Amino acid sequence: MSDLALAAFAAANEAHLVRAPRDRAFRTFARAFDEAAYLARLREQGVEWIGRDDPRFPPLLGAIHDPPPGLFVRGVSDVEVLRGPTAAVVGARACSPYGSHVARMLGRELGGAGLVVVSGLARGVDGEAHRGALDTGGTTIAVLGCGIDRDYPAAHRELAARIRATGVVVSEYAPGVEPAPWRFPARNRLIAGLSAATVVVEARDRSGALITADLALEEGREVFAVPGEITSALSSGTNDLLKLGATPLTRAEDVLDVFGLVGTESVAAEVGPVAAKVLERLRDGPASADELVRSTGLDAGSLASALTELELAGCAVAGGGVFRAN
Amino acid sequence: MLARTVTHALVGLDTRRVEVEAHLESGLPGFAIVGLADRACQEAKHRVRSGIASAELEWPMRRITVNLAPAGLRKEGSAFDLPIALSILAASGQIPSDRLEEHAAVGELALDGRLRPVGGTLALAEAARRAGLPRILCAARSAPEAALAGIEPVPVWHLGEAAAYLRGEREPEPWVEPNGLPLEKPELDLADVRGQERARRAIEIAAAGGHNLLLAGPPGTGKTMLARRLPGILPSLSTTEALEVTRIHSVAGLLAADRPLITSRPLRSPHYSASVAALVGGGPNPRPGEVSLAHRGVLVLDEFAEFQRPALEALRQPLEDGVVSIARVGGRAVFPARFQLVAAMNLCPCGARGDPAADCKCSPQRLSAYRDKLSRALLDRFDLIVAMPRPRAAELAAPPGEASDAVRHRVAAARARLESARPDWSKEAVELLDRAVERLPLSGRGRARGRRVAETVAALAGEAAVGAEHLGEALAYRSPTELGAP
Repeated sequence: MSDLALAAFAAANEAHLVRAPRDRAFRTFARAFDEAAYLARLREQGVEWIGRDDPRFPPLLGAIHDPPPGLFVRGVSDVEVLRGPTAAVVGARACSPYGSHVARMLGRELGGAGLVVVSGLARGVDGEAHRGALDTGGTTIAVLGCGIDRDYPAAHRELAARIRATGVVVSEYAPGVEPAPWRFPARNRLIAGLSAATVVVEARDRSGALITADLALEEGREVFAVPGEITSALSSGTNDLLKLGATPLTRAEDVLDVFGLVGTESVAAEVGPVAAKVLERLRDGPASADELVRSTGLDAGSLASALTELELAGCAVAGGGVFRAN
Repeated sequence: MLARTVTHALVGLDTRRVEVEAHLESGLPGFAIVGLADRACQEAKHRVRSGIASAELEWPMRRITVNLAPAGLRKEGSAFDLPIALSILAASGQIPSDRLEEHAAVGELALDGRLRPVGGTLALAEAARRAGLPRILCAARSAPEAALAGIEPVPVWHLGEAAAYLRGEREPEPWVEPNGLPLEKPELDLADVRGQERARRAIEIAAAGGHNLLLAGPPGTGKTMLARRLPGILPSLSTTEALEVTRIHSVAGLLAADRPLITSRPLRSPHYSASVAALVGGGPNPRPGEVSLAHRGVLVLDEFAEFQRPALEALRQPLEDGVVSIARVGGRAVFPARFQLVAAMNLCPCGARGDPAADCKCSPQRLSAYRDKLSRALLDRFDLIVAMPRPRAAELAAPPGEASDAVRHRVAAARARLESARPDWSKEAVELLDRAVERLPLSGRGRARGRRVAETVAALAGEAAVGAEHLGEALAYRSPTELGAP
């Protein structure tokens, strides 16, 4: 009895199955199932199937206690990317400017250093992590919680296409499976399972990203949490993780060290003296333009000019009217 | 017996000559008004009849036909009361027709014969002057307004007075010169705004270059306060501009009787529930909307994202062309609408985004719906977009900012410089612009916007050429990623 038949049966019955049920319905289904025709249809849609007994199936994912019957894969033909080295970057969908900034930066630095960034294609942290990895030409894996033929959320259709150009989009669900809230925790187990390390960027209490972290811990994988402000509800989940013993992540190298990789040397961009002064102030912490006016003594006009210079040089980013050093 | 009076009808801001003819013939006593008169105009029958009786003049017991020519033009409103009454009086020989023909007339009659002012007197008086009539009979309260048109007003309190004047039995009363009174309420001053240096700087640039400005940030950061202070730093209206503004406000019936000439720049801030017609003008007899009432002044749209989508989209034509044209079966009304737009909005539906003390609870779906409402085409109309984060308490304790007067002088100097010549572009600035287009998500429109603002910044700095620092500053006021750059 093939794993593909199991996946197709689960899709047809809107169920989540990792083991073949011992009932008549499945036996009847499996007997009638035409595997060759199903595979041909998948190939037409540009989808590849990697069963869990396939030697190409990622060993890390095979090691978890309930691995999926197999993975539906879309993207580059070389599915070697699934074998890593992989690190997951996950977090809140409604993240703060801080969260999206850190996610983007991590995506960039981990991707740039040669790690494959795994995430869930969701809005917020997930999307930024994917984008960061793509920014530096790194590869990234998006794990879907719905059928492989769906781009969910729809707003990330373009991003999904960019991911498929150099990396892969994977799902344990056959084409046609609708996204449903209960499928996302199951998806998170794949994210954690595929990755040797998991970074939680921003998470509220009881956030989905914490489920990913729990699953990673259960499988004995490395879990990092990005410390946040203790007053921010968006960081309460991650700060709790730290309390429980997760490794605090303060720079991308913390993750890279686990893999024995070294970060790409960031070249100090050349900026003018005024911009340099502003940058020095920004390194002390994020600040609004008005606060910068007061602490640097510049007038609002020159400050605005300096901030543009820093943004163009990639030394600072803006979010919600607040600027931070990159 | 036939007599006629010349008056004018308003079509938007334009006027059309209307001759009010009254014909008396023998037959059963009766009174008919013909010539596409609307309801208010038909009801003139009763007002004119009572008015004439109250003025102790004689109501002719004949068959009376009043024709409003041209018969094809719809006539609306009560401004025809006085011309109708005078035509009937002339036709019945109670006042001399030849003298009446030297006068234009406008005004609504009360049942006791008193004359009430009507909207649009300035435009009607201007039309009378263009038609070569030396004098206009109007309500005494409208006389100063009519005088602005450069025609001699004959102020009339009562219909009886008008008849006596036309019979040559009395001289018209002297009328008060317009705007003899001291200036209206002191304007709002920028000195009241503490902190917010970046936004203050942006509003100064907006004033100097006539740019549209969008302020985005959590509630209570002073967005509205700042927006309302823009008229105070703009140069005052020229005489022609003042007349343009007054004409529009007169048609809308918004002129104060004691200060008919509007000399300060108008500030309009409609509520976000405003309809398309309220915003850009409309109605069966087109009336100016808020954009036209803000002509030569400032239109402040608070809670910008809460306006209905069609209302926002309707702003695009006036923003682009500086006029609103409203097509109707009876013709087309064109209202000028050259205003400066200052919009204020929150960064998210709940308003907490950008506020470190509050936690934004908006779902991603709501957030993206919020952003989608502001179409790219609309955001592109703003040359300057400034995110205003919540200031910390320490900033609110800062000393008062610079006063409006000082800013206004800089703005005036920059405007004069921009009018004499557009600044040149230095090599460094051109290079920076190319680099910015590569690095920043900058659309073609965004690039043009950056160029325009940079020229204004250079003019404010008193430089003849745009330098890299000017362009750098201009680029800082572009759409933040929260609103879905560029």
